[in-house]
Order: sequence, then C-alpha cells, then structure tokens
Amino acid sequence: MSTDELQGPARRALNRDVIAAVALPVLIAVLPLVVSSNYVTRVLALVWIMALAAVGLHILMGLAGQISLGHAGFFGIGAYACAVLPTRYGVPPLVAVLVGIAASGVIAYVVGRPILRLRGHYLAIATLGFSLLIALVITSEVALTGGPDGTDVKRLVIGDTRLTKPIAWYWIGGGLLVVGNAIAVALRVSPTGRALRGILDSETAAASLGVDVALRKVQAFVIAAVYASVAGSALALMNGFVTPDVANFQTSVEFVAMVVIGGASTPIGAILGAALLTLLPQLLASFHDYQEIAIGLIIMLAMIYLPRGLGPSFGRLVGGLVARRTR
Amino acid sequence: MSAFLQYLFSGLTVGAVYAIVAIGFTLIYAASDVVNFAQGEFVMLGGMLSVFFLGLGLPLAGAAALAVVITIVVGVLLQKLAIEQARAASPVTLIIITLGASNVLRGVASLVFDKQFHSLPAFSGSNPIAVGGATILPQSLWVLGGSIAMFVGLWLFLDKTLTGKALRASAANRFAAQLVGVNIGFILVLAFGLSAGLGAIAGILVAPITLTRYDVGALLALKGFSAAIFGGLGNPVGAVIGGLVLGVIEALAAGYVTSVYKDGVAFVALIAVLLFMPNGLLGSKTVDRV
Repeated sequence: MSTDELQGPARRALNRDVIAAVALPVLIAVLPLVVSSNYVTRVLALVWIMALAAVGLHILMGLAGQISLGHAGFFGIGAYACAVLPTRYGVPPLVAVLVGIAASGVIAYVVGRPILRLRGHYLAIATLGFSLLIALVITSEVALTGGPDGTDVKRLVIGDTRLTKPIAWYWIGGGLLVVGNAIAVALRVSPTGRALRGILDSETAAASLGVDVALRKVQAFVIAAVYASVAGSALALMNGFVTPDVANFQTSVEFVAMVVIGGASTPIGAILGAALLTLLPQLLASFHDYQEIAIGLIIMLAMIYLPRGLGPSFGRLVGGLVARRTR
Repeated sequence: MSAFLQYLFSGLTVGAVYAIVAIGFTLIYAASDVVNFAQGEFVMLGGMLSVFFLGLGLPLAGAAALAVVITIVVGVLLQKLAIEQARAASPVTLIIITLGASNVLRGVASLVFDKQFHSLPAFSGSNPIAVGGATILPQSLWVLGGSIAMFVGLWLFLDKTLTGKALRASAANRFAAQLVGVNIGFILVLAFGLSAGLGAIAGILVAPITLTRYDVGALLALKGFSAAIFGGLGNPVGAVIGGLVLGVIEALAAGYVTSVYKDGVAFVALIAVLLFMPNGLLGSKTVDRV
C-alpha cells in the first residue's frame, strides 16, 4: 500500500523502522566476519531468538497498547512442542514447530477473546494467570515434560546435517528475526496496524470510527503468541534441552522489560532491549551470584533514566541524520 | 465436615497473608497509581531478616522489631530512589521498575542470607488446638489475630487520623489534595513505608508455618496482586475479602480437587471472576473519556 498518507512523526517513525529493517540483515550478515568464537556466536544466536519473541510482544504492546505479563507462556508452548512431540510421539521436529505455532495461535485466540476485554492491570493479571497455568502444567506433568528438571530435545536434522553448530543457529535465528522484524514493520502500515494504532490512541474513539476493537486486539495477541512460539521452538532446538524456566514469570518479565527498555513504539527497540538483557547477563556469567541483582538494576536504571527507551533515542538520531540528508 | 473445617482454617491463614499483601498493593496504588510488584519481597524480608537476627542471638521480639524497621526503610528507599526518580513515567514503566526492584531485593537476599528454607520458632508452642473436629495451630491464630489487628489499625488510621485522611484524599484526587495543602511527597513515602511494614509483619507471623526463603516473595506478590484485583484494585475492603477468598479457594481446591494445580485453580477462579466483573468484586467502574 502507499505510505504517502503518513505524515510528520508517523512518517519519520516509518522511515526509521524501514532503515532499521534494512540495516538489521546487514548487521547479521557482517557480524560473523568479525566473530569467530563459538561461544560468542551462540550468544548472538540467543540474542536473535530472544529478540524475535520481543518483537512479537512489541506488536501487542507497542502497536495495540495491551500489556501481557504472560508472553513466556507461548514461548514455553513453542519450546515444549519441540521437546515433547518428537521424543514422545515421533513427530518430526519441523512439524512440531508448526504444531506449536498452531497451538499457540489457537490458545491465544481462545484465551484472548474473553480476557482482552479487560483493561490495564486487569488484563496484566489475566495474562499472568494464564501463563502461570502453562508453567504449572509444564512443571507438573512430569511423565510428559520431564518436570522441573527439564527434558532433552531431539536435534533438528536437515538433509544429512544435524544442526548443533552455533553458526547454524546464528543464521536460523538471524533469518527468523529479519523476517519477523520485516513483518512487524509492514504490519505497522497495514490496515490492521493502523487500526491497532487507533486503539492505542483511544479505544473509544477507534470503536466509534468503526474499528472492531475486540477483533483487532485478539489479532495482535495471536500474532504475538506465534512470534513467541517460533522463538521458543528455536531456542529448544538450538539448546537441545529445555527447562520449565522458559515459561516462568521471570521470563515474561524480561520480555516486557526488553520491549519497554528498547522503547515499545518500535520493533528495533525490542531488538535493542533483547540484546541488552541477553548480553549483559552473559558478560556477568562469571559473577553468577550477582546476576539477578544485575538484571534488576539494569531494568530499574534503564526505566528511570530512559523512560522512552533506547530505541526512540537511537531512532531519533538515525532518523534525524537521514531527514537532514534528504531535505 | 471436619475436613472442610480443616481446609477452611488453613485457607484463612494463608488468605490473611494474601490479604495483607493485597492491602499493601492497594495502599500504594491508591496513593500513587503504582502497582508495586516488590510487595512480596517485603514479606520475604520480614521473615528472612527475623531469622537472620535471631541467628545473631537477638530475642525473637527484638529480631522481629528490627526486621520490620529495616523493611520499612527498604520500602521508603524504593519510593525515594526509584519511583520518585521516574515520576513522569507511564504506569507500565513504573510496574517494570518495581519488578526490577524485586529482582534486586531477591538477589541481595540470596547473597546476604542463603538459598535455604528457614523457619522461625512458633510464638506460643505448636500443640494443635482442636476445634469442631479439626485442629488449628496456635501460630495460625497469631496470623489471623495479627492480621485483624493490622486491618483494624489501618482502618482507624485511615478513618480517624488527619494523616490518614490526607492519604485517602490524595488517593481520591491528588491534585485537589495538593491544593488543600496535603504534602504529596510525604504521603507517598508513608504509603510505601506502611505497605512495607505491614508486609514484613505478615512475613514474620507466617514464617513459622510456611517457612521462608529468599525467593518466596515473587509468588506472594502474584497472589497478593490477584487478591487485590479480585476485590477491585484500590479498595482496601475488597483487598481483604479478595485475599481471604483466594486463600480459601486455594485450600479447598488443594483438599478436594488437586494439590498440584492448587495455584492454577486460584488463577482460573480469578480470571472467571474478572470476566463477569471486569473491575473485580468491589472495584469502581471506569469510564473512558475521548
């Protein structure tokens, strides 16, 4: 569709996102040239995967303005679909990924339809309650999921290659993120995106202009769930092992923190936030006992001193430079 | 019947703790619109600090008093150093700050104390008292009695004292309260200090029964928040009812249905209530202005 009708800040925001959508694959393609260590490659693959889930949550939070404290629930569904189906039922891993996506989408629709009528804190607690149920099932159904100790995940085999190398997952994660980010940017200017932004500005006003608010919110919730599910599957297949931690409350908190630290209004912000919250704990890995304090402090400091998020500040800089060139 | 009574007792005991955490949420939310997810950490600090000071050789009462004072200081510091610094931030941002704070407090607790479960000695012995075919621990009476005392004290404070009225006034309309001379800065500190103190006392009262550890706060915060929402966020009476109802539902579910999924049952009940009463049991209806 044409973007001519966008003006002013919306136009600049779009420019910024398009630039980011182009810059991201370049960055992903170039990084392996400077990084040779397997460890760093693996950490970067992890960043792309977490960022994918965060971009999904950005669609719900940044576009539709709905908070979810249960994003990790869908992350867990995706991860455990890949863990349980291939080992217990002989389903091929790639099919398990699809089953995970379908399950997440359907559950998001069924659960989202009623709970998205709730607002603000009431919605937050409902999403939270839902994801706690998922986590509870994962921890309790020991025969199926291995319980609190976690379970092995059958490796993904493509052709004759068993995908275990970090660099393979670097490209898979990076590829998924590029696609996911491009979809998020495209979604922003689609009719759905415009309807969602209308809801963000004022639900009542959007409804009176004929936007089916309930339907649009559920759409965003389902899309976010699918992102999380794909990311969860990728994580499980990369690690070859999952624990119930993937679905717990702390993981949901970290996803929300990624989106907000990065700046909820842009997908690139979610990616920056994911990078920050994934890389810093790795840097601090040798101070394991201090990790929880560090994550908490990063979240607090970022929120206190950069309440609009890293993304918008960074984006304003880039967007401003480009605007000056093209003027 | 005696089984039912037994579940009811344990439900009310746990529910009283949820109710106090929910009151803490309510106080802070009413005064500042902040949903303070670090609320559960206050309960943890109360219990763990008491265990710590008891270990240093202090008598139980002294250890408990010191624990409450320190927790209040932590609550006030949280308000001063974090929430106040981000005054202009959106509600979501503020929630995330308190979630970060709860990470920090949990991390510090695991370092300063340890990662083991701890218990406090029961205040007046642990010989169960028989009531109508069921038994109740003396400590449960302490929890229930202590909670009732806190509820009544809080009600007297909010209803009868000038400071309490100022707190309620700023909850109703912060700007108008400021215009008539209420010191909002002080009210916010008061709300955080009070919530922290109440949480710490609850943590001490319940530690002999449920044990305590550096990470018990997270789940308590979720349960307390559920209870506050259940009753209608911002309404103290709703918070008490919400906490007790949640505790009893959980205990009954654990007794009659499934102990594995007792937490789940509580949340299903919560979601069900919200679907029919989107503002909780006693919440006021919100109207959106365009």
